[in-house]
Amino acid sequence: MSQQPESPRTPEVPETDAEAGGRAQPDTMRPDERWLREWMRGVLTSNWLVTLLAIVAALVISGVLIAIADEDVRDAATYFFARPLDTLAAAWNSVAGAYTSLFRGAVFDFQAPTLARAIRPITETMVAATPLIFAALGLGMGFRSGLFNIGAQGQVLMGAAAATYVGITWSLPVVVHVVLAVIAAMVVGGLWAGIAGFLKARTGASEVIVTIMLNWIAIWLITYLLTTTVLRQGGSRPISPAVGENARLPLMLGDGFRLHWGFLLALAAAALVWWLMERSTIGFKFRAVGANMDAARTAGINVNLIFVFVMVSAGILAGLGGASQILGTDKTLQAGSAGSIGFDAITVALLGRSRPLGTVLAALLFGALRAGSPLMQTVSNTPIDIVLVIQAVIVLFIAAPPLVRSMFFLPSADGRRRVKGVAA
Amino acid sequence: MSSQLTAPRLNPEGLLDERAMAPISWRTPIILGVVSIIGLLAFVLFTPPGSISRIVVSNSATTLQIDPLHLPSQGSALFLVVVAFGLTGLAFWATLNRRKLGAIPIVFGIVMLFAFLIWAVAGNTGGLPLPLLLSTTITAAVPLVFGALAGVLCERSGIINIAIEGQLLAGAFLAVVVSSATRNPYLGLIAAPIAGALVGLLLAVFSIKYRVDQIIVGVVLNVLVLGLTNYLFSTVLTQNPQGLNNPPRTPAFAIPLLSEIPVLGPALFNQTVIVYVMYVVVAVLQVMLFRSRWGLRVRAVGEHPKAADTVGIKVNRTRYRNVVLGSAIAGFGGAAFVSAALPFTKEVSAGRGYIALAAMILGRWSPTGALAAALLFGFADSLNRVLGNIGSPVPYELLAMLPYLATIFAVAGLVGRIRPPAAEGKPYP
Repeated sequence: MSQQPESPRTPEVPETDAEAGGRAQPDTMRPDERWLREWMRGVLTSNWLVTLLAIVAALVISGVLIAIADEDVRDAATYFFARPLDTLAAAWNSVAGAYTSLFRGAVFDFQAPTLARAIRPITETMVAATPLIFAALGLGMGFRSGLFNIGAQGQVLMGAAAATYVGITWSLPVVVHVVLAVIAAMVVGGLWAGIAGFLKARTGASEVIVTIMLNWIAIWLITYLLTTTVLRQGGSRPISPAVGENARLPLMLGDGFRLHWGFLLALAAAALVWWLMERSTIGFKFRAVGANMDAARTAGINVNLIFVFVMVSAGILAGLGGASQILGTDKTLQAGSAGSIGFDAITVALLGRSRPLGTVLAALLFGALRAGSPLMQTVSNTPIDIVLVIQAVIVLFIAAPPLVRSMFFLPSADGRRRVKGVAA
Repeated sequence: MSSQLTAPRLNPEGLLDERAMAPISWRTPIILGVVSIIGLLAFVLFTPPGSISRIVVSNSATTLQIDPLHLPSQGSALFLVVVAFGLTGLAFWATLNRRKLGAIPIVFGIVMLFAFLIWAVAGNTGGLPLPLLLSTTITAAVPLVFGALAGVLCERSGIINIAIEGQLLAGAFLAVVVSSATRNPYLGLIAAPIAGALVGLLLAVFSIKYRVDQIIVGVVLNVLVLGLTNYLFSTVLTQNPQGLNNPPRTPAFAIPLLSEIPVLGPALFNQTVIVYVMYVVVAVLQVMLFRSRWGLRVRAVGEHPKAADTVGIKVNRTRYRNVVLGSAIAGFGGAAFVSAALPFTKEVSAGRGYIALAAMILGRWSPTGALAAALLFGFADSLNRVLGNIGSPVPYELLAMLPYLATIFAVAGLVGRIRPPAAEGKPYP
């Protein structure tokens, strides 16, 4: 359980194996040729390439699903042996149509009449990515510290509720209100996650189970509070009123776009987490506990305290995600406000290998899938749900680099060649 | 080497040194006392005096009819709370004398539950329908039991199975499709475990062959199955709802005599074949896991794979088999979601796989324990629904939280530190 998720072990291969492979090259090459070869090997054995290929493989697999579910394809498949090209053409049309509309909805709409409409999709991607960045940064900190926190969903929801409460009940001046609402979300999210950290530290209760349970408790608690005057405040539906004008995160690009300052806040948070994990003492302790808990304890690190710190930090970040969702995007709270942010954030953190930069990029990718899927559904009749499949398959492949390498006939990460003829 | 063996030194009274004994833990008696006081305040003092709690004992299906009970609410609740205080005193006495508490907390819980029920239906004209409560308990518990058994089988062999949710969902999906297409509910029941086993095979390959962190694979497989079933539901099933999403009802049949037992009989012995399979599977697994050579090997693989390997047990082969078998069991449990002729809907499992995981832990990784814990969760779920129907003084949403709170209290130490199989989550070799 305490394994670092981003480091699936590739055992049984002594370190010297790679060097031996390198030295086995005849030394008669010209220097620039050697450099090119080394560069090629660097590319072929890099994690980035595996990530890219995993995404490609996921799109291919999902493409098969899209083609299978398409009625034109199935009609053409009934006479596949008479005219096989018809089936392939229909499949190509359906898959290309789906992915083109996904691109148009997520990145750049080249069919839009105005420039503003054309670049609107990319801003929507950023909007969708914002809460994912926050929540996944927190989860990534946990993964690197050996804590498997499944509770981002509950933490996001609790943070969102706290931000909503401050946003609808208090009335404060311009800057103060939004700052206080965000701080409230951070505090509540942090405390909610802190429960799991505290219980892990005090009693050894598995954080996996406790955070799963806390997710459900959060959902029922918010559902209950939405029936009371604490969050509902008038109206008959279980939905809160809109937060006050002063409590909203200001828009970045004017009224035409939903992009708000929460996105920059998320990037700042990513930078802060990078500094915290890579450059600060406490971050070093986090990583030490994640790498080897017993060694960290022997070295004098208070492991139990670190558990609490990690969970509280993750909760603060997830709470920020909830705040950005309410104060920036939704403005009102419902029981489903957190959507599937918390669970998507797990896959985002895994895809980003728990590193801040990777997390931001992964969140943008998944935000793009999320932002583009509605257009895909309307234009090409491909249901939104295919996005979940794409996400899951990407992460499965990412988690098993040897599988991806063997699928694409790449040399394995230690430099040995799996297949003759590649860079040999 | 001249090492002398000496007897442990005793003090003059012939007793072991006081300091050598573990400190007394007062936690359980104190918790019981606090709960008793809360029960006294809530259930006795806040019950309107003179109100009656009506409890319906038998439904119209059984031949032996028993009249509904009419209990004076305040008096009965007071009696039960007094019993609870007595049990608390017993717990204090047992702790002081360093005796084991045994069943005291469990009996205490049942007594407080009855006090709660009497308070909840006080003055309610419809009364508490006990047979309905029990039969919905079984219905709600069935997927949890199968899911928890899947968890037991996998984790006893050292593979963490977070993908129970996905296995239940896959089983439910394939059961619906197959039984709708063939118009035969039993073919659906055969197909469901196959779907679960396929998910389990993915779990096994990724966690054993590719050595991916097992929790990650589990979580991702849940997302994958959710996405796949949602996608196929929105496309294939929606295009042809009559032919593919219209499952026949799995018939219930009553076991003669046993189903005539008052109160419990209809709930336990007038059920679908899924429930009877559940009884058999729980019993068989309990015996096999703890009394057979196979079970010993499985547990050895989960506790100390190196030792198991040394004596010639194929560790990874055992793990593959257990994961696939366990996942098939979970898939079968998924069919229970749709056995009442219910069509498949998106996310029909609604997080029950995670509850099953909790039931497995509460049940301490044993089949009978998992059954008991799953029944507890099923009861909470069913109570929630029944009280929601007859109108309860407690908000529905707060009641719904209780199983999750109970799980947190349980894993955090109310029933002592729970220890998972030692090699769980670690790839071998």
